[in-house]
Amino acid sequence: MSPERAPYAPGARVRIVNLDKPGHVRTPMYVREQVGIVERYCGDFENPEERAYGRVGRPRIRLYRVRFNQHDLWPDYDGPESDTLEIEIYDHWLRPAGPGETA
Amino acid sequence: MSTHQEHAHSHASSHPPHPTREDNDVELTYGEARYLALKALLIEKGIVTAEEIRKQLEVNERGKPEQGARMVARAWVDPDFKKRMLADAKTAALELDLEVTDAGLLAMENTPSVHNLIVCTLCSCYPRSLLGEPPAWYVSKAYRSRAVREPRKVLREFGLVIPDDVEVRVHDSNADMRYMVLPMRPEGTEGMSEAELASLVTRDCLVGAALPRKPNA
Repeated sequence: MSPERAPYAPGARVRIVNLDKPGHVRTPMYVREQVGIVERYCGDFENPEERAYGRVGRPRIRLYRVRFNQHDLWPDYDGPESDTLEIEIYDHWLRPAGPGETA
Repeated sequence: MSTHQEHAHSHASSHPPHPTREDNDVELTYGEARYLALKALLIEKGIVTAEEIRKQLEVNERGKPEQGARMVARAWVDPDFKKRMLADAKTAALELDLEVTDAGLLAMENTPSVHNLIVCTLCSCYPRSLLGEPPAWYVSKAYRSRAVREPRKVLREFGLVIPDDVEVRVHDSNADMRYMVLPMRPEGTEGMSEAELASLVTRDCLVGAALPRKPNA
């Protein structure tokens, strides 16, 4: 994570990276490697991956809500194309996704 | 559940009525034993006190679905409050003297084109300080895995059929935010008082698993 990088704006296309990290991670498997849209920035929070092990008071990191199309997450999703899912993702699990990048 | 009849009695029924649930004198599960051991250690080492743990449980107990229902009813009658609630539900709660101690609270508005459903797939995150403990089904693995995977089917099992021209939007409450649904005001409720409106909003409505009761239904 580079703290200098400008925050993602709502509407930005992002890909969830797969950090393949053990421990108290809050990024479930079903969104990893997927492309979504930043819905909003939620504020800065201590990293739960550190806090869960007693490492409190470390620098806060950005937290976003990301919106996905359900059909991107689940190829056999049973429902209209318009159905979506939103989830909170910490900054270090995100990278910008190009306009041509698909899920 | 066993009824009184099935419960063969030979003794005279001079004792008070049976307790409504079984005594829980069963062996501790691994998790329960670990919890008790950890709690005892933390107290012994002076990291937390028993009083602090009890107080935190009291905070969780303070939450009630009725508090969320009050916010919904206020939003229905006061468009400015609704705006503030959608912008920051935690601050809006304070206006009604409801203290939310979770990090953040977001209200997700149901509209004619969007139906919201809340789930925490990773554990059981829920705005406990506002709404109290979540329903048992909310913390079940079945709900947690299926609500993201097949929300429409889950909603149908709750008796809620969402038309295909309405977007179902699932919110995975996986990190620091907590969520409540702001349902749509039912038709035929014109002229109802705020308290009457609040009585239409049940706990399940605030998760998105139900719609507010229609008056006289």
